[in-house]
Amino acid sequence: MDEVPNPWLSWDYVERNSEEVIRQLTIHTTLTLQAIAIALLIAIPLAVLAHRVPRLAGSILGTSAVLYTIPSFALFALLAPFTGIGRTTVLIGLVVYALLVLVRNIVVGLQGVDPDVVDAARGLGYTPTRLLVSVELPNALPAILAGLRIATVSTVALVTVGVVVGYGGLGQLMFRGFQSDYRAQIATSALLCLLLALVLDLLLVLAGRLAMPWTRRRAA
Amino acid sequence: MSTLGDAWAYLTDPHSWLGDYGVLREVSPGEWVLPRDSILALTIEHLGMSAGAVLAAAALALPLGVLLGHVRRGGAATVIVSNVSRAMPTLALLTLFAASAIGFGNRAVVLAAAIFAFPPILTNAYTGMADVDPDLREAALGQGLTRFQVATRVELPLAWPLIAAGLRTATTQTVATVPLAALVAGGGLGVIINTGLATQRYGQVLAGGLIVAVVCLGVDALMGLLQRRLTPAALRHRTLIAS
Repeated sequence: MDEVPNPWLSWDYVERNSEEVIRQLTIHTTLTLQAIAIALLIAIPLAVLAHRVPRLAGSILGTSAVLYTIPSFALFALLAPFTGIGRTTVLIGLVVYALLVLVRNIVVGLQGVDPDVVDAARGLGYTPTRLLVSVELPNALPAILAGLRIATVSTVALVTVGVVVGYGGLGQLMFRGFQSDYRAQIATSALLCLLLALVLDLLLVLAGRLAMPWTRRRAA
Repeated sequence: MSTLGDAWAYLTDPHSWLGDYGVLREVSPGEWVLPRDSILALTIEHLGMSAGAVLAAAALALPLGVLLGHVRRGGAATVIVSNVSRAMPTLALLTLFAASAIGFGNRAVVLAAAIFAFPPILTNAYTGMADVDPDLREAALGQGLTRFQVATRVELPLAWPLIAAGLRTATTQTVATVPLAALVAGGGLGVIINTGLATQRYGQVLAGGLIVAVVCLGVDALMGLLQRRLTPAALRHRTLIAS
């Protein structure tokens, strides 16, 4: 009996299936970016609230720690009966997990701002809002960026669990590759996942350099 | 909401907990298996797989992390290991293993979960050992302790809170990863969710999600308790950083 070749890497696979691969890669990328953007929009006010009202900080961080312990697989299962099978369910799950990472990091960043700097700004007559926007948040930017990088990289990996509800981007390809024992499909989608995480991470580092010229000078 | 009612019905039906055969089923004389239609059997299988993965990871990562931390070498390497593992989707590793010579089922899952449990244990053991106050080491060496004694009697006890935190993170994360086994024909609690989705019984899906969440939170709480118990009283005030 001739054994059918089943290579891990095959350019032939990529060429034949480029349309589907690109489609899932696009879904994967847009899902990640959308989740991170929404999570950031919710995380900043939450973190500022936790920072301003120390009594709330404990419960906000505590709740997020408990939520973070719940596996994504279970969260998708808890959401699916209500939000259906598909993009919405995956997006909500991704936002929740990214949110937890971001809130924690932003709070840590805000708490790490040099109290002397805050004091000086207050002495200059800064209103709380202006203090936040032009002193605290810019000073917390390195910690926020660190949180964004962790959240983005883990979100790229997490999208694949969306397979549970039939919407896992590149995970869909991995899963179908597993079902049909198609090694090239599994390996290609796994590599693309790693590559996507790497590219997004590099873009964030680059954006950070542009937004924080002062860190560049220190490094040089 | 009928889904909630269905979930309640599923959870309160003794048959869901014990299945057709009870917790253990004799498939052939002397050969017992954990049937996949019983919540109790699946929970036992789940915890067993998790324990296997964590123990395997700890057996490698603990000595390595402690050793590297003691000699303060390889810090950059541990950071790279933990970063790459964050970017690697669990599903990718699972399907890669399943399609390779390792084969699908529980073995591939335990191996994959062990690989993901490795970085937190390694990083925390390394950081715990390497971050011990250099003055303390100097003092111990000055008193005539050998390097081995410094490592085991001074550094290790001081590093313990972080090491324990790493073990806790790894355990919680493993218990949360094992449900994915159901996707590659493995066992554990993910089976309840997967079967429910396949048969469109959303009450069962919801119940499965709840069970997995409760088991994860329970294991995490238990590990937290253990971590506190095992931490020397004098070190308990130190804030513990997970991962």
